[in-house]
Amino acid sequence: MNAINRLAAVVSLASLLPLSALAAEPGTVEVTHWWTSGGEKAAVDTLRKQIEQDGFVWKDNAVAGGGGAAAMTVLKSRAVAGNPPAAAQVKGPDIQDWGALGLLTNLDDVAKANDWDALLPTKVADIMKYDGHYVAVPVNIHRVNWLWINPQVFAKAGAKVPTTLDELFAAADKLKAAGFVPLAHGGQPWQDSTVFEDVVLSILGPKGYHAAFVELDEKTLTGAQMIEAFSTLQRLGTYMDPNRAGRDWNVAAAEVINGKAGMQIMGDWAKSEWTAAGKIAGKDYECVAFPGTQGSFAYNIDSLVMFRLKDENDIKAQNDLAKVALEPAFQTVFNQNKGSLPVRQDMDMGPFDACTQKSAADFKAAEQGDGLQPSMAHNMATSLAVQGAIFDVVTNFLNDPKADPAKAVKQLDSAIKSAK
Amino acid sequence: MSTIAVLNKASPLDALQRWLPRLVLAPSMLIVLVGFYGYILWTFVLSFTNSSFMPSYKWVGLAQYARLMDNDRWWVASKNLLLFGGMFIGISLVVGVLLAVLLDQRIRREGFIRTVYLYPMALSMIVTGTAWKWLLNPGLGLDKMLRDWGWEGFRLDWLVDPDRVVYCLVIAAVWQASGFVMALFLAGLRGVDPSIIRAAQVDGASLPTIYLRIVLPSLRPVFFSALMILAHIAIKSFDLVAAMTAGGPGYASDLPAMFMYSFTFSRGQMGMGSASAILMLGAILAILVPYLYSELRSKRHE
Amino acid sequence: MSSSLAARRPSLSRLAVYATLIAACLVYLVPLIVMLLTSFKSPDDIRTGNLLSWPEVITGIGWVKAWDAVGGYFWNSVKITVPAVLISTLVGALNGYVLSMWRFRGSQLFFGLLLFGCFLPFQTVLLPASFTLGKLGLASTTTGLVLVHIVYGLAFTTLFFRNYYTSVPQALVQAARLDGAGFFTIFGRILLPMSIPIIMVCLIWQFTQIWNDFLFGVVFASGDAQPITVALNNLVNTSTGAKEYNVDMAAAMIAGLPTLLVYVLAGKYFLRGLTAGAVKG
Repeated sequence: MNAINRLAAVVSLASLLPLSALAAEPGTVEVTHWWTSGGEKAAVDTLRKQIEQDGFVWKDNAVAGGGGAAAMTVLKSRAVAGNPPAAAQVKGPDIQDWGALGLLTNLDDVAKANDWDALLPTKVADIMKYDGHYVAVPVNIHRVNWLWINPQVFAKAGAKVPTTLDELFAAADKLKAAGFVPLAHGGQPWQDSTVFEDVVLSILGPKGYHAAFVELDEKTLTGAQMIEAFSTLQRLGTYMDPNRAGRDWNVAAAEVINGKAGMQIMGDWAKSEWTAAGKIAGKDYECVAFPGTQGSFAYNIDSLVMFRLKDENDIKAQNDLAKVALEPAFQTVFNQNKGSLPVRQDMDMGPFDACTQKSAADFKAAEQGDGLQPSMAHNMATSLAVQGAIFDVVTNFLNDPKADPAKAVKQLDSAIKSAK
Repeated sequence: MSTIAVLNKASPLDALQRWLPRLVLAPSMLIVLVGFYGYILWTFVLSFTNSSFMPSYKWVGLAQYARLMDNDRWWVASKNLLLFGGMFIGISLVVGVLLAVLLDQRIRREGFIRTVYLYPMALSMIVTGTAWKWLLNPGLGLDKMLRDWGWEGFRLDWLVDPDRVVYCLVIAAVWQASGFVMALFLAGLRGVDPSIIRAAQVDGASLPTIYLRIVLPSLRPVFFSALMILAHIAIKSFDLVAAMTAGGPGYASDLPAMFMYSFTFSRGQMGMGSASAILMLGAILAILVPYLYSELRSKRHE
Repeated sequence: MSSSLAARRPSLSRLAVYATLIAACLVYLVPLIVMLLTSFKSPDDIRTGNLLSWPEVITGIGWVKAWDAVGGYFWNSVKITVPAVLISTLVGALNGYVLSMWRFRGSQLFFGLLLFGCFLPFQTVLLPASFTLGKLGLASTTTGLVLVHIVYGLAFTTLFFRNYYTSVPQALVQAARLDGAGFFTIFGRILLPMSIPIIMVCLIWQFTQIWNDFLFGVVFASGDAQPITVALNNLVNTSTGAKEYNVDMAAAMIAGLPTLLVYVLAGKYFLRGLTAGAVKG
């Protein structure tokens, strides 16, 4: 250790930097996140400005890549070093994992002062708690089971907006016959699984979906309906562009926007692409629930977990962040940019567009019954290990046109078992 | 430094003089022991535990290795490495040697041409991977371009073909590294005594024969250096895959380094990720040790 | 050795040599050309045109936006790269000197261990290295990142110098020792002056490696201290929101400029250094 210390001293002299950063006078809040796109950055900036207005310092630690995979590597390294950031974009079951490590702070005081229990839907609040205490603050609710449609293309092909899977295939055939790409898609594991999850939700219904992806029930996973889900996925694959491998979802979205393709199966963040292209919901494009999943709402909730800190001033800054993230000002800007629903339930939905308003109504309806289900493809339903196992099977299945659905369900089951 | 020199003139400090080399090497030795072997040992330990989300130390014996052997993706990644590594090293060597020999023929503007061959090494794959992804994309790049230019029958869809996607990785990797191989060999060629070649020419040997039989065999050490560097690039290939295919389509272009990273960090299966790292290191060891052994033995100045 | 070969045959074979070399040049340049052309196009132009088509309107907007996004991180990379390159080269030189001129029991073993270390996939060391840096109080500091770069650059720098110095006659050192010259005197007066070529190779190699590093940069630096590769990644790998490929490509060029410049300007020293012995086994 001595030699390393000596070397470290030499190194620090060389780089003319003090060995450890001095505690800054005003509290600092460092946030690790992957909100790096133009719209998201604008939204995060409103958060930053509010924090700075409250007299704190915002330290941005943005890490893009792999849907947060790169950020997660950073976060784990920081935790191992005993130096986690104040807040990090962590969601779903992962919050429980971080909580179990004993690294998260207790936000109950902030929650009580701002009445989170009343503001947040119960299901959302439960995800934010570890051991009965708030450890994270939600920022939005995404709906995953959407179908995006270009009505001009549909009109040219004489296709009808589908509400069932059969109608979906009928429309796809019409589009294909008219020379369009029926289904715009990017061949990345998470996109493949997003389509698969919608198909499962459609064929198995919310209860079956829950049994398959939350309970990981063997009978459901290997049942006849699951085989049907795989063959439906395979059939959908035949309507996708064969050159889709590795394509980003927004490139696929652009194909629908430009009228090259007719529709895309994607979560509500796809709207940001339409908005950026100057298109208006209900007029230039249609958003409908994925056929057969009307009344269901596959959710993907972004949240910030808060780590336990030592410095008093930093804790104040952290609490301020927790408060500001749920305030209407940030919720409005952020969700308008992201295409998602505000997480607080007392918001005026007036400034939001038709799609988001519909989404809000669907959320309320789904909340009453079983319709509200966690998205598997977006890491809300299972552990990362199980999710990865499902991804492997699904993406490999979709990329092999000769794959056998009956064999796929067995692979799915055994992959999940081995990952558990 | 001058004080040391002065002190050295005094003979009692001979002892210090004898220990000085060891002292100088000591920090590096410590770094290697901790930063390389300590960490490998730690990874080794983790590979026998049920570490998932974060390291934990509950012993599970060989279970993680058994799981790994059962994992189809691991086998795809391993086979890919053999295919990718073999082709990458072979083609880079051939291209590098060929370009070096050609460049060694008193070429005008040699400096410029050399720089052109070398520049890919200067750029990170995060950057060039994107350019290659476009070039090899069937609907976007070379494929579309050549057809636009009238070559109707042209098909280049390897990037989206699970059976051929590895070749795309090979293309980009060769592009990046072959210039460096060229530089190594050009440097080697510059060290060959011209009179040997002249003598062979006098004997009536043709130029290609001279190169194949006399010049290149004399560059054996250069081959070894190039092999080491290329093997090291192949095994560590990560940025390349991440930028070009992210392992897809499906996981058809996965490589062990990528596999290890995603299971350790993104998938929360740290134990299995560690097991894959240990197997990788084991394989490297099996290949490297005989080479290192012969290399270090022959290097002694006796 | 080039003197005798093709010099006397101007004709066909000479033409073929040039043709091959020039064709190879074009192939090597294609990705760079695509990146350059794209960086000067407008997003609409990129969507409609082909990869190698000339921009309809040459616009610098991509470069301006790219500089806004990554320019601020440029200086961070300099602050990380310069000390890391210099120190790892110096330590590598000393190590190489000991391993070639002052061998002792175990020094060969150490060299073998170090070489094997070259092959260690760096992803495996992220967590334990974080732990170590945390214990040293260097977590998320530029100093810590520099230290990590030095540690994992050592294997190659040592290798370079050790191989270079093995081709220096031991007799030279023996003679100096008989004259009473000490360890550092011999290094400073005899070896260092003849090391310029290998120092160049080592500097260029280390500069390229460290400047282009993403993995260590993203894990061990944080926030405002991140190197330019991390900023570039945040730009290029952002999969939500409209993609501006012209900005991506311009940013890539900005991030790659220093290393490109080093290769263009110092490329001949690189070759010279290799010729002078770096590759002799």
